[in-house]
Amino acid sequence: MGFQPIKFYQTGTFTVGNRLLPPEQRSVQADMQRSNALNSGHRACQGCGEALGARYAIDAAMRATGNQLIAVNATGCLEVFSTPYPETSWQLPWIHSLFGNAAAVATGVAAANKIRAQKEGQAESQTRVIAQGGDGGTTDIGFGCLSGMFERNDDVLYICYDNQAYMNTGVQRSSATPPAARTATTMPVGPEPGNVFGQGKNVPLIAMAHGIPYVATATVADLRDLEYKVKKAMGMRGARYIHIFVPCPLGWGSASHDTIKLARLAKETGLFPVFEAEYGEVTNVSKIRQKMAVEEYLRPQRRFAHLFGKSPKLDVIARFQHIADQNIYKFGLLGEDKATVGYYGVESV
Amino acid sequence: MNKPFAITLNVGSSLANKTGTWRTYRPEYIKRLPPCNNACPAGENTQGWLYHAESGDYETAWRTLTADNPMPAVMGRVCYHPCEGACNRGKLDSAVGINSVERFLGDEAIKQGWKFAKPAQESGKRILIVGSGPSGMSAAYQLRRLGHTVVVFDAAPYAGGMMRFGIPKYRLPREVLDAEVQRILDMGVELRLNTKVTDILKTMKDEKFDAAFLAVGAHIAKRTAIPAAESARILDAVSVLRNMEGEDKPMLGRRVVVYGGGNTAIDVARTAKRLGAEEAIIVYRRTRDKMPAHDFEVEEALQEGVMMRWLSTIKQVGDGGAIQVEKMELDEQGRPVPTGEFETLEADSVVLALGQDVDLGLLDGVPDLTFEDGVVQVGENMMTGYSGIFAGGDMVPSERTVTVGVGHGKRAARHIDAWLRGTVYQPAPKGELANFEKLNPWYYTDADKTVRPMLDIIRRQSSFDEVQGGLDENNALFEARRCLSCGNCFECDNCYGVCPDNAVIKLGAGKGFEFNYEYCKGCGICVAECPCGAIKMVAEEN
Ligand SMILES: Cc1cc2nc3c(=O)[nH]c(=O)nc-3n(C[C@H](O)[C@H](O)[C@H](O)COP(=O)(O)OP(=O)(O)OC[C@H]3O[C@@H](n4cnc5c(N)ncnc54)[C@H](O)[C@@H]3O)c2cc1C
Ligand SMILES: Cc1ncc(C[n+]2csc(CCOP(=O)(O)OP(=O)(O)O)c2C)c(N)n1
Ligand code: SF4
Ligand code: SF4
Ligand code: SF4
Ligand SMILES: [Mg+2]
Repeated sequence: MGFQPIKFYQTGTFTVGNRLLPPEQRSVQADMQRSNALNSGHRACQGCGEALGARYAIDAAMRATGNQLIAVNATGCLEVFSTPYPETSWQLPWIHSLFGNAAAVATGVAAANKIRAQKEGQAESQTRVIAQGGDGGTTDIGFGCLSGMFERNDDVLYICYDNQAYMNTGVQRSSATPPAARTATTMPVGPEPGNVFGQGKNVPLIAMAHGIPYVATATVADLRDLEYKVKKAMGMRGARYIHIFVPCPLGWGSASHDTIKLARLAKETGLFPVFEAEYGEVTNVSKIRQKMAVEEYLRPQRRFAHLFGKSPKLDVIARFQHIADQNIYKFGLLGEDKATVGYYGVESV
Repeated sequence: MNKPFAITLNVGSSLANKTGTWRTYRPEYIKRLPPCNNACPAGENTQGWLYHAESGDYETAWRTLTADNPMPAVMGRVCYHPCEGACNRGKLDSAVGINSVERFLGDEAIKQGWKFAKPAQESGKRILIVGSGPSGMSAAYQLRRLGHTVVVFDAAPYAGGMMRFGIPKYRLPREVLDAEVQRILDMGVELRLNTKVTDILKTMKDEKFDAAFLAVGAHIAKRTAIPAAESARILDAVSVLRNMEGEDKPMLGRRVVVYGGGNTAIDVARTAKRLGAEEAIIVYRRTRDKMPAHDFEVEEALQEGVMMRWLSTIKQVGDGGAIQVEKMELDEQGRPVPTGEFETLEADSVVLALGQDVDLGLLDGVPDLTFEDGVVQVGENMMTGYSGIFAGGDMVPSERTVTVGVGHGKRAARHIDAWLRGTVYQPAPKGELANFEKLNPWYYTDADKTVRPMLDIIRRQSSFDEVQGGLDENNALFEARRCLSCGNCFECDNCYGVCPDNAVIKLGAGKGFEFNYEYCKGCGICVAECPCGAIKMVAEEN
């Protein structure tokens, strides 16, 4: 954990606010004056993790930049549910481009800002740029533009809201879809039901391999950590990347009230390592607080229902546990362990 | 139309889209009954006063507490704290030290001189209270708060009942008791000591009392027929303890045998030790786990060198204090049965601690009363069969503790007040219980219970100094903050933060929250993530 968590005070920094803490130590979300960047009336499903993650992140970024912020949005649920023409939920300048080019458009906006600032005699623009999109728009179709933005070290924070499939078009598999998961294109049939057990595509590690100033992962279950990371990213220049884990009740077949619980379980099982990295090196990991078996995470989701039922697929569950254990080992998610993940995301010890 | 190229509509806000219509369930803020409050025999709003203590506002905490119980400094020392047994935090690490915080607040109030307000208006009604024990004093306090004229009669030379003549000083220093009794008297309660009531109806008539509350306790020691030599020194526990309050301390000798397994037996044995006995032995028919005394008391006695003989009965007390003890064993039902094996113990005195009966003499000639097992029967409203005479504490069927007595006093006061006005007191219905399953314990930080300091063992064996110490401000605050606030919002802002639809309105510090049902989609995240179970999902009607 990068920020200094407050240990006691009843709920410390675990809860959104805490009446026992001085106001300056409370989160942006606890503030009655928060900007509500993604306002009420949006058409996201009940319990949408992406809507929640986006408000958390953009509110924090607006606070960090004194509202001098422009957002560029890739096609996907976040764009569609927030902005059916001519209505919008966004409380900041916001532009929708295409499914695959948010990073490139953001690069353009940042460049325009910079020229303008220079014309006004300043070296850098005070107006900052965020690009955001889903996992499909980031890890698949938008990946070329994203890699280019990293490689050029453009002054953009790219935020990926990872709900592990193409949700907006009806839950198709993406390169961020986990193994065994049922999607519209990976049905639970045949000898290896659901998505394949492959390498997947770990964009945070690939982002690190670009050696950019800042890479972080976060979940909607740990607000304080998420806000800390967004604030930190906005305090830096150059290409930055934050990958936020956002459960999707519709696509995952989970109860709408379980959104935060599933994000918490993803982290506590070790399936989703929460860390930050600077210039290609891991600098902090969020330790597991109450270690859980992967089953706790898988069972409440209907996309994994075929693993349970009458004869549970113990072998498949064991493969998940192995992934979690590998993450725990590689990132040092337990106790005092140090991360062993290095520049290329491979073990360095 | 003056719009940029290719733009045909004005920019609209999504606020036009009332997503509240999607909802089939709605979240509602509720207050659930915390298990600690539910378990408190005095009906204290434990969670409520801990809430104020958490922010360091001890006076408000104390005032909230004393709405139900006027003697927190006493309670913080002698109450067996069933609240802690029920506390949800016990399922996480260990129960909140509610009783230690209560003592801290009680001591703080004495230190700061906090007083109870006098009633704003006098009702003109006169109420007689017989007995200045916890039950009588609790009723006196509550009735006085309601504006009634209250006169307490007590046969003893000092107030406090068994809190003074039973519970030893090393558990309840008398300055503490005096301070809390005096604070009640300062509200304008009259106390008449050395005044025994022998005929309740006559006393009521003579002084024109409109109602009476009796709380005479149980002071007559039970005896058992043990064949004893004439020279044998056999005493009873209540007299021994009562004499501790007088000039002449009881003479118990070097070897003292105490017969019985309750709290009183333990207190007498520990007192004997402090009076200089080399040996204090408790003889009890059954096993340790069957002793009516609380285990922590047994433990403290053992630490002080009190010895225990379980599974033993006293058969006879011979010349020179030779006590014949028969060994017992437990049968299949767990009852003690004699074995026919005997042993002899040497003792200078034998103290019987076999329980107490109630002296019901003052009720002679009162019609329509019912007695069972030597105690007076009362209704839910604490009234005896005789209209206008109420009773509580040890003299009615109940668990005999200070806290139960205080609870009876409070309940009786409310019913007396209503009865005097010709109405019936309706207690507020109990809310739904905030049991552990209603909580989301993830959010609470780990924090182990604070242990109260104990006096060193040498002083515990040789003096009547208080055994258990109190918490200081720092650790009392820490302990209060261990409370999970079960079932009652403590303004953690989680609901306000976690709603994906901004459908929670924060009203500001101390004002709580409201749902914006125009936009709430009814996902239930706020309910799932409320740490303390203060939100509930309710089906929409249509
Ligand atoms: C040794 C001992 C230790 C105990 N320890 C604890 C403990 O740690 N915690 C706990 O919760 N409980 C304890 N108890 C039990 C507790 O003290 C009693 O349950 C409680 O005091 C009962 O309260 P009460 O108001 O009903 O009566 P009491 O406290 O017995 O008070 C009755 C009062 O009425 C007066 N009185 C009696 N008859 C008359 C009359 N005719 N006219 C005028 N006045 C009269 C008496 O003088 C007395 O002052 C202990 C009891 C004993 C004996
Ligand atoms: C070039 C192109 N191909 C396909 C689409 C259709 N499309 C719109 S959103 C979407 C999926 C978005 O998935 P993701 O990026 O993961 O975002 P999510 O909806 O899951 O938040 C697709 C395939 C498109 N808009 N443009
Ligand atoms: S945690 Fe607090 S509110 Fe809950 S039972 Fe314990 S003392 Fe009462
Ligand atoms: S989290 Fe928001 S939308 Fe969901 S039930 Fe609560 S108030 Fe309604
Ligand atoms: S989530 Fe927190 S602020 Fe909301 S009702 Fe529960 S305790 Fe109160
Ligand atoms: Mg997606």
